[in-house]
Amino acid sequence: MKIVYVDNNATTKTAPEVVDAMLPYFSEFYGNPSSMHSFGGEIAGKIEEARAKVANLINARPDEIVFTSCGTESDNTAIVSAIESRPDKKHIITTRVEHPAVKNICSNLPEKGYRVTFVPVDNKGRLDIDYLYDSIADDTALISIMWANNETGVIFPIEDIARNLADRNIFFHTDAVQAVGKLPIDVTKTPVDLLSLSGHKLHAPKGIGALYIRKGTRFSPFLIGGHQEKGRRGGTENVTSIIGLGKACELAAEHIQEEIVKVSRLRDRLEMEIINKIPQSIINGDRESRLPGTVNISFKYIEGEAILLMMNQLGICASSGSACTSGSLEPSHVLRSMGVPYTASHGSIRFSLCRYNTDEEIDYIVEKLPSIIESLRKVSPFWKQAG
Amino acid sequence: MWEYTDKVKDHFMNPRNVGVIEKADGIGEVGSLACGDALKLTIKLDDDKKKIYDAKFQTFGCASAIASSSALTEMLKGLTIEEAAGITNDDIADYLGGLPKEKMHCSVMGRDALEKAIAYYKGEPEKKKEGEVICECFGITDIEIKRAVTENGLILLEDVTDYVKAGGGCGNCHAKIQDIIDSVLGIKKNEEKKTRKLTTIQKIRLLEDVFEKEIKPVLKKDGGNIELIDLDGTDVLVELRGACANCKTSQVTIKNFIEHKIQELVSPEFIVKEVSQDENRIC
Repeated sequence: MKIVYVDNNATTKTAPEVVDAMLPYFSEFYGNPSSMHSFGGEIAGKIEEARAKVANLINARPDEIVFTSCGTESDNTAIVSAIESRPDKKHIITTRVEHPAVKNICSNLPEKGYRVTFVPVDNKGRLDIDYLYDSIADDTALISIMWANNETGVIFPIEDIARNLADRNIFFHTDAVQAVGKLPIDVTKTPVDLLSLSGHKLHAPKGIGALYIRKGTRFSPFLIGGHQEKGRRGGTENVTSIIGLGKACELAAEHIQEEIVKVSRLRDRLEMEIINKIPQSIINGDRESRLPGTVNISFKYIEGEAILLMMNQLGICASSGSACTSGSLEPSHVLRSMGVPYTASHGSIRFSLCRYNTDEEIDYIVEKLPSIIESLRKVSPFWKQAG
Repeated sequence: MWEYTDKVKDHFMNPRNVGVIEKADGIGEVGSLACGDALKLTIKLDDDKKKIYDAKFQTFGCASAIASSSALTEMLKGLTIEEAAGITNDDIADYLGGLPKEKMHCSVMGRDALEKAIAYYKGEPEKKKEGEVICECFGITDIEIKRAVTENGLILLEDVTDYVKAGGGCGNCHAKIQDIIDSVLGIKKNEEKKTRKLTTIQKIRLLEDVFEKEIKPVLKKDGGNIELIDLDGTDVLVELRGACANCKTSQVTIKNFIEHKIQELVSPEFIVKEVSQDENRIC
């Protein structure tokens, strides 16, 4: 069965060029970059080349990039480092719609004596900026706000916020896992202190991430071990994946215009055709400021897991903010924070596209989806009452 | 990805008996849009009102909710009302070849709708929800939780959430649910104690069971662990591991928690003592 993969905010295919770049480092150049012999030591130079490519994608300096094992490690490192560097300050600001990698670590901080402000969003998922600035206190240590939301694709005005915070002596971290490679990012214009990115969201393999640390930012390492990464992250380097991330970032820089133009065109077509063909379908999130490939649609009066499973039978891979998919009983915290009513939040589906998707795949989804929605609505006790 | 049996997939992809029976003899509606699943069950009896002749359903919910409803309607056909009343949520799950543990509440929803449909047929007034609402997110009462714990032999808080959803929302009711589980288990243990006196080996086995199911999962959440070292008369000798071993401030709490659990579930005369097998460790 043909697979139509439209779940690229969950993970992406490793680009073939990335795999090719990585392969020699498994069994041919397997040395340890910390070794004194040149067989290992020369690998260190390759790591620096990869670091420069990652830095280039966000216009950072290579020495501002630290490799980590994933986006979650980058987020956790940034938050723990910020609060440990400012032990006198006990206040954190974040948002209600963060990824669990930020949300859950922040939710645990009150037990350790911190106050945490969760900034709300409006019904389109846009950040309440006034609330954010009003919450800043004398003892605010860290503000952590995602660049773009993984579920709705809504983009937050990180550049404006970073500029406003620039001289306030507060750490500003952004989880840019969904944004890097999809939006142009320039840390010289957007003065964040810390920025997280993840390899497998931009066609590198799983298990590699990076943390950008602005030069001069106080930092305390999360993994304490050897001198790797200049003592900022202990542990023997994941050489193959670092090489892969470097290559993926190089490709992302080359393809960023294609990402914005082609992928957003495919997304817009998918979105329009679904809305036109399927009644009572609603777009969640601000359509004016969204990632190019993401669309989150609620199909009222039916449940997301059932939709996903029916699509799965036809080879269509997507995600849902429904409770049942995650094993939790509450629908997505992002949709709930936006005030999406229960009639719609349980039936939300996220399609997330990438540059590998095609018009034929969009045609296939648009052809199959209406009958799936119709058949589930026929079974639903709320559909007739509502219709 | 849920592991559904072929039968669940079949009943989901090809649901039987979808719809509403006009002039039904019994109607049972449970759940709501807010809860994430809902079921409307209608049944019709044959002319001499002896057996269920037809059953139809409409369900809002996930694949296993739709499959459970479809299965229930198939099971009901041909049964007398008395036979139908004997169907349990486990019967529905069994009919489907089993459901993932996290999805057992779907079978409970089927059973609840069936009870309501039978009450409707018998002309019984709709039961007011009895008991105290424990889980406010899903409106689940202490009676419903007790019933799930007793009927399904549940031990853990997560089990209760899987079966009746209680505790699956904000989490504020977790302590209350745990109290209900403890009280049900406590009654059971007391009954056991009356009937037999435990040998030392039985005591150790029971202790190990309580450690695995009740104590270790709690400590592991905070990065700690515990080992049962020995049982010396009424002294339960334990060694704390991981984060617990160095956490002096919480040792009192841990000892109280462990002792409380052991006294409650195994024997009230037991006293927990911490030992260190590694003599050199500063502790």
